[in-house]
Amino acid sequence: METEKRSLSKASLATLIEQLNGNGAVVIGPQKKDNLVVFEPLHTLAEMTDEYIATTQSPKDVAFPKIERLFNYHVTQFFVDQEAPVKNYPEVVLIGARPCDAAGFDSLTAIFTWDTKDTLYMERLALTTLIGMSCSSHDANCFCTSVNGHPGSTHGSDILLTRMGKGDFIAEIVTEKGKALYDKYAGLFGPDSGEDKTKYLTEVPVKFDVAETVKKATGMFEHPIWLEQSLRCIGCGACAYVCPTCACFDIQDESAGSNGHRVRCWDSCGFGLFTLHTSGHNPREVQSQRWRQRVLHKFSYMPDRLSLVGCVGCGRCSRACPVDMNLSEHMVSIAEA
Amino acid sequence: MENDNIYIPYQMKIEKVTVEAPFVKTFRLRFVNEEEGKQFSFKAGQFGEYTAFGEGESTFCIASSPTREGYIECTFRQAGRVTSALASLDVGDTVGFRGPYGNVFPIEEWYGKSLLFIAGGIALPPMRCVIWNCLDLRDKFKDITILYGAKCEDDLVYKEELEEWKNRPDVNLVVTVDPGGESPAWTGEIGFVPTILDKIAPKSENTIAIVCGPPIMIKYTFPVLEKYGFGDTSVFTTLENRMKCGFGKCGRCNIGKVFVCKDGPVFTLEQMKALPQEF
Amino acid sequence: MDDIRKKAKELLESHAVDVVIGYGEGTAGKVRAIFPRKAEDAEKLIFDGRCEQNLAVYLLKHEIKHMGKKAIVATTPVMRSILQVASEYQLTQDEVLVLGVSPEGKYVEIADFAAMEAYLKTQDFGIPAKDKAILDKLEGMTLEGRWDFWLEQLSPCFKCYACRASCPMCYCTRCFVEVNAPQWIPIAANELGNVEWHLLRAMHLAGRCINCGECGRACPLEIPTHLLTFKGVEDVKEDFNVVAGTSASMDSLLSSYKADDKETFIR
Repeated sequence: METEKRSLSKASLATLIEQLNGNGAVVIGPQKKDNLVVFEPLHTLAEMTDEYIATTQSPKDVAFPKIERLFNYHVTQFFVDQEAPVKNYPEVVLIGARPCDAAGFDSLTAIFTWDTKDTLYMERLALTTLIGMSCSSHDANCFCTSVNGHPGSTHGSDILLTRMGKGDFIAEIVTEKGKALYDKYAGLFGPDSGEDKTKYLTEVPVKFDVAETVKKATGMFEHPIWLEQSLRCIGCGACAYVCPTCACFDIQDESAGSNGHRVRCWDSCGFGLFTLHTSGHNPREVQSQRWRQRVLHKFSYMPDRLSLVGCVGCGRCSRACPVDMNLSEHMVSIAEA
Repeated sequence: MENDNIYIPYQMKIEKVTVEAPFVKTFRLRFVNEEEGKQFSFKAGQFGEYTAFGEGESTFCIASSPTREGYIECTFRQAGRVTSALASLDVGDTVGFRGPYGNVFPIEEWYGKSLLFIAGGIALPPMRCVIWNCLDLRDKFKDITILYGAKCEDDLVYKEELEEWKNRPDVNLVVTVDPGGESPAWTGEIGFVPTILDKIAPKSENTIAIVCGPPIMIKYTFPVLEKYGFGDTSVFTTLENRMKCGFGKCGRCNIGKVFVCKDGPVFTLEQMKALPQEF
Repeated sequence: MDDIRKKAKELLESHAVDVVIGYGEGTAGKVRAIFPRKAEDAEKLIFDGRCEQNLAVYLLKHEIKHMGKKAIVATTPVMRSILQVASEYQLTQDEVLVLGVSPEGKYVEIADFAAMEAYLKTQDFGIPAKDKAILDKLEGMTLEGRWDFWLEQLSPCFKCYACRASCPMCYCTRCFVEVNAPQWIPIAANELGNVEWHLLRAMHLAGRCINCGECGRACPLEIPTHLLTFKGVEDVKEDFNVVAGTSASMDSLLSSYKADDKETFIR
């Protein structure tokens, strides 16, 4: 559908949040928690902060939670009783996701719906309405414009809000889902104020040409750059877990006596155990091989198989990394190698 | 399979357990839900995720042929948590099964050709499905040769089948054990599989070779096939890698951009040579 | 700092070492570990108040461990880590050359492990005051209060294992969480499993932790995991009068028995 422009006052946003809560939706928004800004259930506008470039963790857990129960089972002597989990996924309104966060869901959706359909993910996503918030500032770790993104992009948001200074918002109704929410609360929105959002957006310099870099990286499998870049990497999963597009997961059975359940939980290609065979053979024995996998998965294999780059340039991996692995810096050195 | 949740396994009952070799067992599995069993189909080459409830899933190929209806079989070696739990199960116990996953041996493309099956040790199971499948369609193929070797006599799996194949006049079966692995009564060949392959001097004309074995065997077998004129598109193999989901989502079985669970596990030698060195 | 750069350059030029592990400029004012192997790259080495990361973790990282002889820019925590892992047979004297740095940022020449032990005797390395304050506060709580505190602190944990990866003492090629037969604790980051992970890790570090605080710094969610291991440091000093990382030939605390070990806590 054609994007429709409206306006939303600060006071109306406060009312919207209250009314959404009152109507049983789980509203999730960015809140201060000590030194961090995290997505948590939001009850009032007052709880919400705008002092963040990006939250520490991405909002991917609304559709891809860190633990997802797949099914329960009960084992008896003669049979196993299997039970699919009761799916009472909540209706979620996610407010304050940045354009990079919104675009991140594209990658997850591509992975979870190609070939076989992961209905658990799809149903959670279907129940989520995304009210994005465009960016008036950025930091040295941001590089959305290098990966087909933009601080004011509506892509992936159902409604995109742009704050005009410290005041009211330009509201763009982008999708049918956004329209459905707008229709329900239309009284809170005002008409198109005629304001151009561009003047409220920050400018993120392009650091590398993604199409060229993808092509370059694809031919660099045996290059010594992977070792050079990953020397300081200590092999934790921080980058994968805060990333809005990382979807690698583990499947585990957890049981107590004869009852148990199977869960899907987050995993990271950075861990040594990720590809370890029971025989002891590990195709990716050392960290440089695992670093190569991380980069090529996002910047070569996904573009090849799913026609999108598996990175939205949010910079969270770089901010969360304990040893200052800076992804845009690494991509630039790949581009220049 | 309940609703549309791709993670929920079929329930299977163990109908028969065969001890093939030390720590190696074969399970014959039947669907608990007969309707599901009737609707289920698969092709040679595909694999599944087998559940030992309470412990987890393990990846094995379906080692029986789709030409034999009503059951599926899997053969596994007891090596870790899940396989040990499976090994402790018996006839009548329940095993979970998700599948069939993966690509297939393009058997129809081989009609009218001769087939050369080469397998080593515990790698005969992934081949057994396609061997049975082809033997069940015997008149579609010209000569069929099966070369199978293991470290020692005890490690040979499918001992019953080997007898069956030995006694078929329309199959040339060559069984070998590594030097030192033979007992005094052994009447088969003695030597590593690639060595015996060279001895057989296989004809490559109009022949498809299907190879499966431990990496070291594969490494020395391919050059022998090359020596006798087998082209890269006439040689097939089946690979394995660490797997969890089986359907290309969990992100762990890829070799470069190729998912072993989706684009494989069956590959031609040409495809294998194009893979980056990370397997 | 010039002294260190000069020394590093010399070592690389003369091939006395194959790689120098030190600090360099990072993103926007941050500091990162750098690994000069060519003499001219020694210029990139820096040292100032921002240089806190415990670099000792790299001495046991496979790809760096096998680069040959290593020199390492070593503050007090790094030195203690080196001695601790050496006492656990993970590192030998001839693998590493220590370029000591005093708390004031001055180069300290360290000839060998014995010299390092002697130097450390002159240094102060107690638990930082602000952490001590929290530990004291926790000590004053009831058991339930402490349990609730940690359950709340650890519930956001998503088991990225940055705490483990950043710790020089967590060098096990197969960590206990990576053992699946038996599966000691759940892989998934549920509340109870998180507490189990952090408590068990703290237990595995008892007598080994040299209170560098790297685990707390490394955590992307700013969970103060270091407080658990620091508490272990306090308890170990009180119960066994042991301070980790002070000698390359210390016995491992929890796997050695001494006749005069206190047993007052066995009730």
